[in-house]
Amino acid sequence: MTRVTGGAPLESARRAGAPPAAHGSAPASLLRRILLQGQYETVTMLRNGEQLILAIVLPLLAMVGLTVTPLLDGLGATRINVAVPGILALCAMSTAFTGQGISTGFDRRYGVLRFLSTTPLGRTGLIAGKVLAVLAVLFLQVLIVTAVAVVLGWQPNPAGWLPGLAILVLGAAAFTALGLLVAGTVRPEATLAITNLLWILLGALGGIVIPAERLPALAQAVVHFLPSGALGQALRDAFLYGSVNGAAVLVLLLWTAIAGGAATRWFKWN
Amino acid sequence: MVRSPESPVLTINGLVKDVGPLPTLDGKMLRVVSGLSLIAERGQVTALLGANGAGKTTTIECAQGLQKRTAGAISLLGHDPDSAGAGLRARVGVMLQDGGLPPSARPIPLLRHIAGMYQDPWPVDELIGRLGIDSFSRTNVRRLSGGQKQRLALAAALVGNPEVLFLDEPSAGLDPQSRQMVFDLISELRNSGMGIILTTHLMDDAQRLADYVYIIDAGRNVAEGTVAQLLRHQLPAGDTSQHIRTLLFETEPGLDFAGVLPDGVDVTEARAGSYAVTGALTPADLAAITAWWAQRGIMPSSLSLEARSLEDVFLDISGREIR
Repeated sequence: MTRVTGGAPLESARRAGAPPAAHGSAPASLLRRILLQGQYETVTMLRNGEQLILAIVLPLLAMVGLTVTPLLDGLGATRINVAVPGILALCAMSTAFTGQGISTGFDRRYGVLRFLSTTPLGRTGLIAGKVLAVLAVLFLQVLIVTAVAVVLGWQPNPAGWLPGLAILVLGAAAFTALGLLVAGTVRPEATLAITNLLWILLGALGGIVIPAERLPALAQAVVHFLPSGALGQALRDAFLYGSVNGAAVLVLLLWTAIAGGAATRWFKWN
Repeated sequence: MVRSPESPVLTINGLVKDVGPLPTLDGKMLRVVSGLSLIAERGQVTALLGANGAGKTTTIECAQGLQKRTAGAISLLGHDPDSAGAGLRARVGVMLQDGGLPPSARPIPLLRHIAGMYQDPWPVDELIGRLGIDSFSRTNVRRLSGGQKQRLALAAALVGNPEVLFLDEPSAGLDPQSRQMVFDLISELRNSGMGIILTTHLMDDAQRLADYVYIIDAGRNVAEGTVAQLLRHQLPAGDTSQHIRTLLFETEPGLDFAGVLPDGVDVTEARAGSYAVTGALTPADLAAITAWWAQRGIMPSSLSLEARSLEDVFLDISGREIR
């Protein structure tokens, strides 16, 4: 079979708006497709007002709230130093789980996932683009939260940045997988309800901004095994003491693997 | 451009697709497509014609790799769509029945984004002008009318300048002007060598656009051919040269046609004074009828002659009951 690609020599001679003289194109490179999709999804996320409230405004309000109330007193560090790592974890949950889950759920409803999977982007490229967009938005969140936190007197342990950022990306991966699992298996209205409800519940009681030792006894036993509790604790250990919490990292790895596997198995494209 | 007329763009052989298990069938599978076969050629419009629920969309979604088939063989540009890579997807354009466009997007940035997935796309500005998208370029997809959405979805399917184009119910929601614009473009694309496969439940679409029609019913092939071939379908034995025509006219009720019409031509009076004369009418038959009117002083208040339509063929084949 012969395939013709590239502009035909008669291109300039044809009538305006007439179809190209020859049909068939090669796909752009995989990297370019994924970068384009990542950029497109990032811009879409940043243009969404509700998404911005969830991703930026609420975490900043929570941070200010935790520094003006005595909730975090007596934990061996200043309020702001205990609060900020949890706020960064909350940002990851906002963007990767709630925001990404809701947008994927509605994209599925409107057939956007099906249409894009027929283009050269494909299903793998679509997911990769979403992961990229989550990381891009998370990067902006880290910049903004850090800037405000430094003004409020945040003094992170310098040795904590490298493990802290790596753990934040791992947490984003776990929450992205969970968000895709929800978005791919239930109706978008249910995704909206589930991811928002879990954001509130895990945010308040999941060990993410309020350390386990400040939670009711019943919750303490559980939160270490939740992605929220593991991410919050691992980030506090990194930014407070410059240390890596191996058990929490393992919990995050397990959540990523299990939710990723389940999403791959059960995600419905239509 | 070099073409190989021997290799069709799409071959489907004995396609079977089961869906379910469905709670409405006591947890049993439902067979949506049962043994369907078709061939679509380059430079032709191939239409899948059938009622809603006949299995048209399922069939082309299996061909696009959007649904996994239960059994049968599909070759799309020589490849199995289930294992299609980006190289094959770049050569195939798809317009879904529900559009598949993000509601918050604006038309032009969306088209530019999709164009970026190809090395050699159809220039977006030309496509926008050709499909009249500039007239609603500042409106979100969510606020577009049905016809505007259809035109944008067609542009999105074409922006990669594909060799094969799938259109699922392309004229749904189109006003007459948009319909003309879309149909003209489809004809031009066909003439420039694109292989186009469309589904429709509208006889008129098939009659106006299709080079070859597959009539689908309950997931099976029931008839196929060019529009002309299908129109000759089931003519009286021994007469394949003429088309069945129907002469419709209105005049005074209760006329007796005894001796006026030849054998094999029927007349019915559906409402009082409203007659339909149907059969392989010849010019001589028409002359005989009008001479008879002249002799009796009959002047019809309305008069028309209709060829047998694809709709008649379709209804003859698939039955006239409402599904």
